[in-house]
Amino acid sequence: MNEAMHNFLSIDLLPMLAGTLAAVTCGLLGNFLVLRRLSLMGDAISHSVLPGLVMAFLITGMRSPIAMFGGAAIAGVVTVVLVELVKKLGRVEPGAAMGVVFSVLFALGVLLIERAAARQVDLDADCVLHGQLETLFWFPPGDWGQLFSFTTLSEVPRQVVTLIVMTIAAVVFVALLFKELRIAAFDPALATTLGYNAGMLHYLLMIFVAAATVASFEAVGSILVIAMLVCPAATARLLTDRLRSQIVCSVVVAGVSGIGGYVAATALPAAFGLEAVNAAGMMTVVAALLLVIAIVFAPQRGIIARRLHQRRLGRTVALDDMLAALYRLEEAGTESVDKAQLATLQRGHKADHALDQARKQLLVASVSGAIQLTEAGRAAARQIIRRHRQWERYLVDQAGFAADHVHEPAEQLEHINSAAVQRNLAAATKQASVDPHGRPVPNNNGDDDPESATH
Amino acid sequence: MGSVVTMSTEMLTAVPRSVLDARPEHSADSPVSVHAMTVAYHRKPVLWDVDYDAPNNKLIAIVGPNGAGKSTLIKACLGLVPRASGQVEFWGRPYKQMRARIGYVPQRESVDWDFPVSALDVVCMGRYRMVGWCRPVTKKHKHAALQCLDRVGMREYADRQISQLSGGQQQRVFLARALAQEADLYFMDEPFAGVDAATERAIVDVLRELKSSGGTVICVHHDVQTVREYFDHALLLNMRVVAAGPVDDVVTNANLHKTYGGRLTLLAEAAEAVARAGDGR
Amino acid sequence: MSSAPSSITNVTDEWPGWSQIFETLTFQAGFNTNLVIVGTSLLGIAAGIVGVFALLRKRALMSDALSHATLPGIGLAYLTVTALGGSARSLPVLLTGATITGVLGVVCIQLLLRHTRLREDASIGIVLSVFFGVGIVLLSVIQSMQTGTAAGLNRFIYGQTAAMSMSDAVLMGAIAMLAVAATVALLKEFALVCFNDAFATVDGWPVSFIDLLMMALVVLVTVAGLQAVGLILVVAMLIIPAVSARFWTQRLWVLVVLAALIGGASGYCGSVMSALLPRKPAGSVIVLTSGVLFAVSMVCAPQRGVIAMSIRQLRVRLRIAGEHLVEAAYEYELEHDAALQRDILRAVARRRAWPAWLGSVIVWWARQRGLIRGDSGGAIALTDAGRRDGARISRNHYLWEQYLISYADIAPSHVDWSVDQVEHVLSDALIDELEAALRKRGVEIPQFQAVRT
Repeated sequence: MNEAMHNFLSIDLLPMLAGTLAAVTCGLLGNFLVLRRLSLMGDAISHSVLPGLVMAFLITGMRSPIAMFGGAAIAGVVTVVLVELVKKLGRVEPGAAMGVVFSVLFALGVLLIERAAARQVDLDADCVLHGQLETLFWFPPGDWGQLFSFTTLSEVPRQVVTLIVMTIAAVVFVALLFKELRIAAFDPALATTLGYNAGMLHYLLMIFVAAATVASFEAVGSILVIAMLVCPAATARLLTDRLRSQIVCSVVVAGVSGIGGYVAATALPAAFGLEAVNAAGMMTVVAALLLVIAIVFAPQRGIIARRLHQRRLGRTVALDDMLAALYRLEEAGTESVDKAQLATLQRGHKADHALDQARKQLLVASVSGAIQLTEAGRAAARQIIRRHRQWERYLVDQAGFAADHVHEPAEQLEHINSAAVQRNLAAATKQASVDPHGRPVPNNNGDDDPESATH
Repeated sequence: MGSVVTMSTEMLTAVPRSVLDARPEHSADSPVSVHAMTVAYHRKPVLWDVDYDAPNNKLIAIVGPNGAGKSTLIKACLGLVPRASGQVEFWGRPYKQMRARIGYVPQRESVDWDFPVSALDVVCMGRYRMVGWCRPVTKKHKHAALQCLDRVGMREYADRQISQLSGGQQQRVFLARALAQEADLYFMDEPFAGVDAATERAIVDVLRELKSSGGTVICVHHDVQTVREYFDHALLLNMRVVAAGPVDDVVTNANLHKTYGGRLTLLAEAAEAVARAGDGR
Repeated sequence: MSSAPSSITNVTDEWPGWSQIFETLTFQAGFNTNLVIVGTSLLGIAAGIVGVFALLRKRALMSDALSHATLPGIGLAYLTVTALGGSARSLPVLLTGATITGVLGVVCIQLLLRHTRLREDASIGIVLSVFFGVGIVLLSVIQSMQTGTAAGLNRFIYGQTAAMSMSDAVLMGAIAMLAVAATVALLKEFALVCFNDAFATVDGWPVSFIDLLMMALVVLVTVAGLQAVGLILVVAMLIIPAVSARFWTQRLWVLVVLAALIGGASGYCGSVMSALLPRKPAGSVIVLTSGVLFAVSMVCAPQRGVIAMSIRQLRVRLRIAGEHLVEAAYEYELEHDAALQRDILRAVARRRAWPAWLGSVIVWWARQRGLIRGDSGGAIALTDAGRRDGARISRNHYLWEQYLISYADIAPSHVDWSVDQVEHVLSDALIDELEAALRKRGVEIPQFQAVRT
């Protein structure tokens, strides 16, 4: 084992591991909070865990993990109960109820720390907020063989062991109760009628959130907990619609934030000759960056994807409208138009682009400035006109529209190209041969390719 | 054409109007004229191409099943929800110029009745525009507000906190607030929903009173039984205008069947498809 | 890197003597201290007032995100001014930075809501934690710079009035006065938008602009309060007074005044405490003071307090139970022409699932009202008044039952009102309506005799 590796193991490995584990645990649990619109309950609990911790210290007089988790779990449940009480008994709106409860509890915690400090218990509010990742180090063995021996592992700091146990517990919790959690997140009332106790699940989830806060606070601080309860789940929600893949995705995002944040906090400033910055803070920054990337670049819901989609739609509509206009002109006896005429027909549309597209796809041909439909173009236009006139038929015959009010809706509906809608439309209009204005509905088979009928 | 052709409601505005379909001139004496209005919620069209000229000085009911877009029509007229296309004019002018002549009664459920104000305070809100910025409500306006409460038979409740009123009484307070606006044209969203008999009578009285003083009232109304009794005109609506005109001509079994009966599955399906396409799904 | 220099670990405060406490409370502890106390109290008043509208507009937690989002602004302002060679401890500079990122945070929430499918809770959580995380990173950068003057920026997280200079206190007081003046001037407009924004829009009010003004006041108070309570707890200063005051009144202006009083009292107590125990975080004291006031309000307030509401509910339950008893006695009398016997009473109690003690309380209640009197052998005999009541209740019961039966088509929406409950809460007007409705369907309504024949 070379020196760099040894340095990495002794200085960097544990903080990175601790941060990542905390991030993954919270990211996992956060999915259910975000789905149930309880993100801020996570926020509230991670604040109000403080008095629970301090009380536990004051009562037991030591930092035993069991006392800590006990205190935190109690504080978590107390928070949830108090919020419910204030909401129900005081008729206070949920947001305000949460704000009242967690701020008072946090204030209580900060004052109680005074008492703890008087008893020489090493605990302070700053550490609860932004953690002390930097204090985690150990003395790893000199060679790889001993890395996993009992004596080595027993020297891993308590905070890291706690986090490992917590992560495993959270994974087991979600894996075992996945079905129940999913139903409860989707529809608590349904869950209860199906025999799952949604209330119990809710409290269990909150206890886990409180426990995760405690497990994380010494190492990474509660601010990372809040960020990781919300950001990875939110990122994943933008990327996928399925809960299973959302959970996987959020865990990956949380893991990347943990590792990436640590690297960004240590290696990046070092490269510029600066001191390391707060790693927990940097992890939230990385998580936020990942969220922004998802917002912008997500394949379906991302801003860019939606913009592109809108643009494509607009162009398709313009092309459709141009072909339809040419077809109508042909029907009226005008075989070709020039560019200027076409532009007036295409008011408000990008006529030039539509024309280029149509030319490229060989849907129109222009012979010395006169633009006319090709055979393929006529077939495509026939489909559009067919849909348009079928819709007019439907709107008048079945939807009760007045005959002079159907052009406008039909103009919009003709662009819907879902095969199912198309089939139902044809069935509903019983293959009518003329539209309400007496113009013929182009048929499906005739002289054009039957395949293009459904698409 | 290989690509799947779809469209979104954002396109709706871009679709050129048919050349044949020239915009008709609205007479300036129609208090509200809606022309070619299409409205979509989250890209899903809920009202298609509505054309309507409201007659002057009439009590008009907008009738239709749930989800027919009745409230949406009112809200779109008042600019509370965006229109995908179409125009609305009030006495031949845009809304912004005629705002002072328009009164509004929102749905009762749309506000938090636990709000710390009294019935009189709520009615005074109808006078705020006349009071102006930063000025307190003067005695004169309070007096006017009290008179409005009197007209709906609620004067003795003026000092009650609004959560202590019954549903019908709350509705009457809303009505009084609209009266305090001293408008010529009133839009009322379901004023008869879930009210007691006394309130129903009080509302009807006020409607008649408004009409006799030259006003026009447009009400979203859910009860087909009472349309003919309470109103002069009706607009039957179900995602599109089914029929409009004097109640005796319009509220017929055939029309009601068309409004309530015929299920517009295909149109609803199409609206879904439009919404999906717009979302890029 | 260990925790911040102002860490409160291992510090024990000397408790001040009574005379010192008295002096501080009565503004005799020196000009500077008084200034801080007045400034903080004014801030408490302003926060209370502004908080009323944050609460009524349901923006309580939005202001929490806003206050957390001020931290990176403070850090950035410090770094910028230090880089430019200025005095980075100047409060106005730091607060300007705080304002900018605070507003940016709120804008980010709106952007997230508009452009993604994330809900409000997630958007608030994201902005709150991420901005705060960035702030923590910046603070760690500042700490590592070793610029001589210890930055002391931690005071913005927990608040420390003791660290305030005179000009700080004046600035805080001025901001508070501005917020109060603006609210008083615009009370009417704020109320309108908070109560019914759709109506306000139709009525021609610039709703977004008024909204913006309300938010701007929240920003002002938050930023002014950073120094006193710290950014984690400043949200408490905004909402707790308003929520507490809400229990006591149904009038908006009373609510505003009460919230101002509660906020002012909390600010006063907190800053006095902070003056006496300089190392105690003032924010916590302020918040705990208002927390106590909140608890008292929630429990004791006359109309909406928990005690008052429980008593009211108990009364209604007792009345309904008593009426059940009278009804049972009346029906028994009609049928058997005799007073209700003990064992029958027990049967009634069993059917209604009354515990034994409740049974005796109900009998006591009915006797107090002169509805029944004890008869021989512990039987319960109706008085004339009791008979009248019994007749009325039985009749109501009958009417409602008939209504449910004959209007089965529309009644299902009311089915969750069990007959037993409804008959006791129907108003006279409703009874008249019921009768009219039943007559319309040709239902016979029998006589319920109120006099023993």
